[in-house]
Amino acid sequence: MSCCAPGVEAGAALALQNTPEADDDTLLAAARDLGDGTCQLELGVPDVHCATCIRTIEQGLGGLDMVEHARVNLSTKRVRVTFDPKKGAPSKLTATVRQSGHRVMLLDAIVEDEDAKKLSHLVRALAVSGFAAGNIMLFSVSVWAGADAATRDLFHWVSALIAIPAVGYSGQVFFRSAIGALRHGRLNMDVPIALAVLLSLIMSVFETARGAENTYFDASITLLFFLLIGRTLDHMMREKARGAVKNLAQMAPRRAVLVKGDGTREAIAIADIEPGMELAITAGQRVPVDGEVKTGVSEADVSLVTGEAAPETIKPGSELLSGTLVLTGAITLVAKQRAEQSFLARMIELMEAAEGSRAGYRRIADRAAEIYAPAVHLLALIAFLGWGFISGDWHLATIIAIAVLIITCPCALALAVPMVHIVAAGRLFEAGIVMKDGAALERMGEAGHVVFDKTGTLTQGAPSVTEQFFGDAAALSMAGKLARLSAHPFSKALGIFALGDDVFAGETHEVAGQGIEGKDEDGIWRLGKKEWCNGAEAATQAPRNAMAQSEVWLSYNGNPVAAFALADAPRPDARIAIEALVAAGYEVSLLSGDRIGAVEKLAAELGIKNVRGEMTPADKVAHIQALQAEGENVLMVGDGINDAPALRAANVSMAPASAADVGRSAADFIFTRNSLTAVPATLELARKADKGVRENFALALVYNIVAVPLAMAGFVTPLIAALAMSTSSVLVTVNALKLRFGNPWLTKRRPTSRASSSRAEISHPEPAQ
Amino acid sequence: MSGLLALIPIALFLGALGLVAFLWSLRSGQYEDMEGAAHRILDDDEGPISEEKQKSE
Repeated sequence: MSCCAPGVEAGAALALQNTPEADDDTLLAAARDLGDGTCQLELGVPDVHCATCIRTIEQGLGGLDMVEHARVNLSTKRVRVTFDPKKGAPSKLTATVRQSGHRVMLLDAIVEDEDAKKLSHLVRALAVSGFAAGNIMLFSVSVWAGADAATRDLFHWVSALIAIPAVGYSGQVFFRSAIGALRHGRLNMDVPIALAVLLSLIMSVFETARGAENTYFDASITLLFFLLIGRTLDHMMREKARGAVKNLAQMAPRRAVLVKGDGTREAIAIADIEPGMELAITAGQRVPVDGEVKTGVSEADVSLVTGEAAPETIKPGSELLSGTLVLTGAITLVAKQRAEQSFLARMIELMEAAEGSRAGYRRIADRAAEIYAPAVHLLALIAFLGWGFISGDWHLATIIAIAVLIITCPCALALAVPMVHIVAAGRLFEAGIVMKDGAALERMGEAGHVVFDKTGTLTQGAPSVTEQFFGDAAALSMAGKLARLSAHPFSKALGIFALGDDVFAGETHEVAGQGIEGKDEDGIWRLGKKEWCNGAEAATQAPRNAMAQSEVWLSYNGNPVAAFALADAPRPDARIAIEALVAAGYEVSLLSGDRIGAVEKLAAELGIKNVRGEMTPADKVAHIQALQAEGENVLMVGDGINDAPALRAANVSMAPASAADVGRSAADFIFTRNSLTAVPATLELARKADKGVRENFALALVYNIVAVPLAMAGFVTPLIAALAMSTSSVLVTVNALKLRFGNPWLTKRRPTSRASSSRAEISHPEPAQ
Repeated sequence: MSGLLALIPIALFLGALGLVAFLWSLRSGQYEDMEGAAHRILDDDEGPISEEKQKSE
């Protein structure tokens, strides 16, 4: 795709008028009222990537009368628009962005959440401690270099003047966490940190007042500085992951259109739907609540709901579960359940019930802290009592005990885990894999059994054209033109297969359940089912590939002229990924809600031996729990609403970006590229990260074995403390950086990956905006 | 020695100035879009972040 050129989806968008992005009420509800008559709206623009993109969007929006200010953020791929709702409808904004050739998505309303505030506080604390550390080190080096008595005292006083407010401000993060842990009767890593920082500061102030030679101001503040670096990076990583997840298209419907008794229509919130209400659902929308079709014939994509790949025909009387995507014709639906009793809500309940295996998981850093913290405190106590009783000098004993606390302060230990996770997250992020949380990486490192869902996970989740088995190239191009006017997944696949982006010029209409019909000067073109296009006879002459699941025909004035075979193809590299997993010693299973025949065919093709079909969401959870009962750590990879409980029940889970909202929020990792090699890549990196964390702990232990006897013997001067702590922190960080290298899955450059991923986005089952 | 009496405050003042400048730039949103800033430099017509930025904060 050339830079900033309107993509194929521009044509497909014609077929979809009723998306949340085009609905004024939905847009207004998502906007934030700034109070002075203007509103602010944040929209996702996932394709922006260069200066030209920024300019076209900003100038396009800025040219509108209603817009006061528009600014694109290239890092988060969003545009923030301040506009006056009285001067124009908000759908004009999205339309303008779309006209400039960019996809646009509605994001959740801007909520200034706790974590964002915490990050900005952390950055400020980091800046303050960095400033203080630099200046105090300046004075400390002068003292170590041999400043004499009066000068030394002056330097100590100036250091105290800087250190006290700096520690008071920057140290709050650790003090609060330490107090919180102590209140619950526990010890975490922050307890020894807070103790070491505070005690060294207090002792230094006393020593300064006495005019003593040694103070530990620099140790106290550089400790904070190093630890804050780790903590800030950790938060930035999570913030980035959250932003990336938020930028994925929202799929759950936000509002429904109510058809009143007198035939008038009104948009209502999903939560206000009562059983018996009649709802209008147009092509390309998802069903908000469970219900029964009253009027209209259409086709429905249930792949996210049940895992079944082939679209179903729906007609009056058909029962639909919430989350089902209506493909072709508009229908009216009589609600049978309220939103909170619908399929989606029941899945969320199952999900919460299945949480067990995670709640019991304790992070490796916490486990380490529980051994480490008491050990350190005990050592300091022994030093204090030992020196006190032996020498009788309790002042000296205090100083030595505090020196032990400072030198053992788990600087390296506190950095050991986050540093590895940050490097790993960055590496995964570059490969299009979003990691939500460091704990997930630890659980991933322990996984031994990989369970896949079929539709949308092992397969693309959307059909693609496998071959044209009848007709010529001219017919293909005509089929493409017609197909680009329809939202049906078959049409979308065909529109891409035919290449180009022009659409049929004449009059067209969709015949629900049959296909699309177009009229030009010469006659009638039909694109759709075989029978509708009179293709039965031609089909006997042109055999199609046995692998294909469905076919689409094109006819001209009643004569078939072309035919295409479609199949829900496996993801690229699915086979390679599975083989790699098996070779690496993982057990691989396939659990699907689809018919057993279809499941087994795919399993045979990919080389998976443990196969289960026709599983309900509860069956999947039960299967995973049975595996866990046998002592297996399970990684679940799935995408559907029906997979969400299983994703939560497994020890760790992954979902593709095309997954249902609920599946994405249940998963620990989300892979945004099309290739399934994301799974072995993540597993391998997780194992490496686990090794890295353990090495870091070992490094910290070695450091302590060397440093603690020195401190207890009373040999530690501020200079030695500063050197030892910095060295151990740097060592741990460097060791974590090892993760940036190796792992062939993540380093291999695939020249085609860009093209194939952009294709996948288009052939995605969701309505392209 | 008397030099120190002048130099120490000056050094501290300059350091504090850097800290304040950083905190100001942080607050005014200059770190919100590092990637965008790298690309915007190629854009000739771009005005300053503009007074309207204040409103969006």
